[in-house]
Amino acid sequence: MTEINYVFETHGLNIFYGNFLAVADVNINIPRHKITAIIGPSGCGKSTLLRAFNRMNELVPDTHIHGEVLFEGQNLYEKSVDPVEVRYRIGMVFQKPNPFPKSIYENVAWAARIHGHKGNMDELVESSLRQAALWDEVKDILHSSGLAISGGQQQRLCIARAIAVKPEVILMDEPASALDPIATLKIEELMQELKQKYTIVIVTHNMQQAARVSDHTAMMMLNGGATRSGTVIEFDETNKIFTRPTDKRTEDYVTGRFG
Amino acid sequence: MTAKENRKKRIESSMRPGDTVLYSPLSNLSARNRLGRTWQLVFLSSTIIGILALTALLLNILDRSFGYVVLHAKVDPATFAVDGLPLEEQTKDQLVSLLETELSSGAFNKLNNEKSFEERSRAEVYALVIERLVKYEVEETWPLFESITNSGEIKAYAAQEYPGDKLTFISWLTADFISRPQSSEAVTAGIRTAILGSLWTILITILFAFPMGVGAAIYLEEYAADNWMNRVIRTNINNLAGVPSIIYGILGLAIFVRVLEKLTSGAVFGLVDPTTANGRTILSAGLTLGLLVLPVIIINAQEAIRAVPQSLRKASYGLGATRWQTVWSHVLPNALPGILTGTILAISRAIGETAPLVVVGASTAISMDPSSPFSKFTALPIQIYQWTARPQEEWRHLAAAAIVVLLALLLSLNAAAIFLRNRFARKY
Repeated sequence: MTEINYVFETHGLNIFYGNFLAVADVNINIPRHKITAIIGPSGCGKSTLLRAFNRMNELVPDTHIHGEVLFEGQNLYEKSVDPVEVRYRIGMVFQKPNPFPKSIYENVAWAARIHGHKGNMDELVESSLRQAALWDEVKDILHSSGLAISGGQQQRLCIARAIAVKPEVILMDEPASALDPIATLKIEELMQELKQKYTIVIVTHNMQQAARVSDHTAMMMLNGGATRSGTVIEFDETNKIFTRPTDKRTEDYVTGRFG
Repeated sequence: MTAKENRKKRIESSMRPGDTVLYSPLSNLSARNRLGRTWQLVFLSSTIIGILALTALLLNILDRSFGYVVLHAKVDPATFAVDGLPLEEQTKDQLVSLLETELSSGAFNKLNNEKSFEERSRAEVYALVIERLVKYEVEETWPLFESITNSGEIKAYAAQEYPGDKLTFISWLTADFISRPQSSEAVTAGIRTAILGSLWTILITILFAFPMGVGAAIYLEEYAADNWMNRVIRTNINNLAGVPSIIYGILGLAIFVRVLEKLTSGAVFGLVDPTTANGRTILSAGLTLGLLVLPVIIINAQEAIRAVPQSLRKASYGLGATRWQTVWSHVLPNALPGILTGTILAISRAIGETAPLVVVGASTAISMDPSSPFSKFTALPIQIYQWTARPQEEWRHLAAAAIVVLLALLLSLNAAAIFLRNRFARKY
């Protein structure tokens, strides 16, 4: 059997908040060791779709899902699947940096410890911080607060924290939207490094960012029906989405002629 | 000329060449500022009224805690003089032999067993002689401010009305007052039993209400779904916090004293104290006060848990933590200072509660120290309430002194809790 080239496959994915259909009929395949960007206007369900990939939507009361999300060929929403296991294998970085109010060291070490990490914790902390390109900046202040560093550093700390668990995928929900351009650039460079080892899915508002960092892009938009649900209107290589989009709405959006 | 024109003129006269002035198009600005200042005054005055009320309370207590008293000796101390040597100048041995001859041998041996006379200092023996042989009684008392402002008149009055009796300025609050058990004589009455009773009771209350309250709050905030039944439960916890304390007393009487008598009297543990073979024990009182403060602790803990940012929970779940790991490692440590603050407030309320203890059956006059949760007990507020209800003036002075002790106890418990809170407060 050949290796599956797609980490995620969604089949007829519909996400509901109560009776409201927020995301309708998504069928996309996320390729392995690539960066996939989800772009689109506000309120079209980008983050909702992203959170469906590691079952974080379940923290919102009254959400449910129709359809399938296959992760390595296994449906994440089958009864036998434990969401804790899902989130352990599929890490997440949030829009606002949210380090724990603990030391930098503890921020990285905590999750590994609760998952029963047996090896040398100091080494794990160092290698995670190195992968997140933060080690040189914080190696002397490992035991001071994770909240005492700058916003960009905090976000990289959150990435290091996610890496320390050794996930297979990292989901990023507008990871640079709260950061200045320099910190944003650092995060983007970091993503290029990380994609050697991890599959990355990123939601972004910033089309230049999607064009710069991603290999594939999913264009989402409200489907225009009475339900006001969002859906993926086009999914292709980033290059193609930004230069020769097939959908007129995509073209309008990426060229700034939207609305 | 109106005030507005005046102001305009004043501004213009102070201008230098080249200055421009911005005349505000907001013609109502000064009215808005005036309204703001008016409300500021209202807020300030409510603060001042609060401070004045508190000061009046403290002054009133102080007023009654010190002052002149006329003491009448049942037996004139002069009758105990040996060879013309008055009582004050006699040696310790002389005083001990005096006690031995004047007291019954049983009473003397009992004193000796409590603490042998060799170990007692001269001052202690002298105090015993005064207490057991001279037996002062309070004839009349004056509060502190009257004693200071009117001392000449008081002295003249006392010399005329009570010839031969001793007029002294005393503090009703003394170390002896705190360390002596209850007594039927105002001069020898103390509050040791009441302090110990209060401490024991509050200990039971904390041990019961803190874990229960925090546990319930965690369940309601982190686990319970937002459905019809849980909303009813939440609403009713809020209602329970407003139920009058006497109702809790009746509940405690029905459940802990009557139904669970075997447990609260210690019978199930084979610890029956023959003098307290019923449920009117410290355990019943502590559990009743625990029920009383439980809703307050739950509500405060819920608030504290709700105040923990959702982003921390998301971060934790996003790393593959279970609900329990999230609660234990992130929610609780961050909510703990808030939870402790709420608990401090609740416990402060419990320690001053009187009504439920009356109903649950606090004793009013016991001189035996409580020794276990199954002991009969009295508590400081009960003692104070009981003393203020007596007709003789001297008991009210004692009540004031006991109030000072209760306030001090309350403040030191609060200080301990604040110390704990600061220790647990997040370091980052």
